[in-house]
Amino acid sequence: MSFVPQFFTTAESLVDSLDKKLLVVLRDGRKIIGILRSYDQFANLVLQDSLERIYVGDAYGDIERGVFIIRGENVVLLGEIDGDTEDALPLRQLPIEDILQMQREEAEEKARKDRLRFQLLHKQGFSVDFTDTDLY
Amino acid sequence: MGVAANSHVVIISINLPSPTKSGLLSDTPMLFYSFFKTQVGQQVTIELKNDLAIQGTLESVDQFLNFKLKDIKVVDEERYPHMMSVKNCFIRGSVVRYVQLSPPTVDTALLQDAARREAQSTQQMQQQNKPAVAAA
Repeated sequence: MSFVPQFFTTAESLVDSLDKKLLVVLRDGRKIIGILRSYDQFANLVLQDSLERIYVGDAYGDIERGVFIIRGENVVLLGEIDGDTEDALPLRQLPIEDILQMQREEAEEKARKDRLRFQLLHKQGFSVDFTDTDLY
Repeated sequence: MGVAANSHVVIISINLPSPTKSGLLSDTPMLFYSFFKTQVGQQVTIELKNDLAIQGTLESVDQFLNFKLKDIKVVDEERYPHMMSVKNCFIRGSVVRYVQLSPPTVDTALLQDAARREAQSTQQMQQQNKPAVAAA
């Protein structure tokens, strides 16, 4: 049908990212790195050899995820990774167990602070049912 | 069977733009798409719903208002270490909160005028469509 090319302009903009290593940021904050193999007009994506990379402070850890199919609505952005700058980053890679432990501690610390803050706000009469886990 | 086939055709003719009409998707509001197309090549800052703000050169935009940016710089870089190795990116339209433009590149009077004309033509279109819907 002749209207299809007009509708399908996401195709135009992602076609040069095919078969490249991309960083995909998802709505829940996860970062996936993989090779883009396929996509459609909703930005549904198929990534191959993908890794989930978890950042805590200046450290990161990777979890192998294999082939990753992402429903478009969960995509925040796709970034092309520049190999040269990637090697020169001031970040250190740690074993994933350490990173997961650090991530847990960070989350607990944040939850503790939020609880305190919400208690204070509540005493002042503010509504505190807002969470920043899903902003979309 | 014949009735079902007929009503199916009617539904398509209402919901989908006809390829014979002049212009791109003439019964879908495309004003801001056209507007953002005039901004291609300009420096813009896109703020996402997760508070990430990215500055870069607008490379392309599509009808979902997905954006592609070149030579990006994240505004609060320390908070987003995963963006350090990203030079070009694709941002899904649904996660954009604001687009900051440089004022000299925007003709607000023209934009206002175009918005008014589009609202008018949409109204006319709806009035023209009414009898067709009733007949169906």
